[in-house]
Amino acid sequence: MLTKKVKKKIILISLVFLFLSSAVYFLYFSLNKNLLYFKTPTDIFNSEDINVNKIFRVGGMVKKNSIIVNQEEVRFIITDFKNEISVSYKGVVPNLFSEEKGVIAEGSLKDKKFFIAKKILAKHDENYMPPELKNLIKE
Amino acid sequence: MLSFFSPSNIFVYLNKVIEFLNSIIFIVLVVALTFALVISPPDYVQGNVVRIMYVHVPAAWISLAIFSIMTFSYIINYIFRIKNLLIINYSIAPIGLLFTALAIITGSVWGKPTWGTWWAWDARLTSMIVLMFFYIALILSLKYLNDERIKLKVTTTLSIIGFINVPIIRYSVDYLNTLHQPTSLKITGTSTIHTSFLLPLFLMLLVFLIYSALIFLMKYKTEIIKMKKKRLKNYD
Repeated sequence: MLTKKVKKKIILISLVFLFLSSAVYFLYFSLNKNLLYFKTPTDIFNSEDINVNKIFRVGGMVKKNSIIVNQEEVRFIITDFKNEISVSYKGVVPNLFSEEKGVIAEGSLKDKKFFIAKKILAKHDENYMPPELKNLIKE
Repeated sequence: MLSFFSPSNIFVYLNKVIEFLNSIIFIVLVVALTFALVISPPDYVQGNVVRIMYVHVPAAWISLAIFSIMTFSYIINYIFRIKNLLIINYSIAPIGLLFTALAIITGSVWGKPTWGTWWAWDARLTSMIVLMFFYIALILSLKYLNDERIKLKVTTTLSIIGFINVPIIRYSVDYLNTLHQPTSLKITGTSTIHTSFLLPLFLMLLVFLIYSALIFLMKYKTEIIKMKKKRLKNYD
């Protein structure tokens, strides 16, 4: 039914796809660490060497009742519900920054438990709902 | 049966379809915008910024869909040599670029008030920019390569390599730590988006689909006329 030429081409195309998808698969596993936009507090807890000069991002949830605002800085705790890290930041936080919401802080470590942020990004979660519904859930 | 779909036969119906789409697009647009801008509730955290989603998400879907269609057409053309598919790809590529750019721009406008930044080099945003570069490379080679055989080889290769990016875009937010939030609307499993946001979303998707179809058919018609003209010249 199919001519020899067509069969050959189909085989070639499937081989190309097989090759490319395995290439992506291996790339994904070797680059996995570098593809991540931020580290979690657990990643930092588990890492052995701490470079205080290295600038990177740490992300997670802002712990409940942990935000302290004074004249100089904003202090809060980022948690991934296994480990946590204290963050200090001087500057204006985004509108959506609040307790029990996702946050990403860019900056460097002072020590394993203390992070000095140069920039704060609010991470929005995947939940979309009208405000009335949220109030109902709260009640 | 396949001859029914040949350019000459389709041509007869093209004008009718274009006219029909032209007559409904405005009504659908008004209805969709009313839902998106007035009837839809604001989000409980984002507020009214959520309305940007109604442009952003359908645009991103269409940009991915068009790239998939193009790759599929190139593969089928590679195997069976159907020239019609090449004309389709030539006409559809700019629409894909338009919607990719639209998704990136609206995403950026949404990101500033929500995240606090216009741009971040996370996996989703970066892979989306890569998709845009693939579209640009495809369109440039379609326009400026003169040798038909080289053009076909280059564009087919570009589309197949670029297609790897499509599942990366789709799954980057679910399997990697990104600034971009994970998928809200799931075909399998429970969606984390409230149903009141869905109607405006799908209406806007419909508007964009009609718009894409309209632009595509107009371009496709022009390309068929160009092709026929070339053939007539060859007979002289």
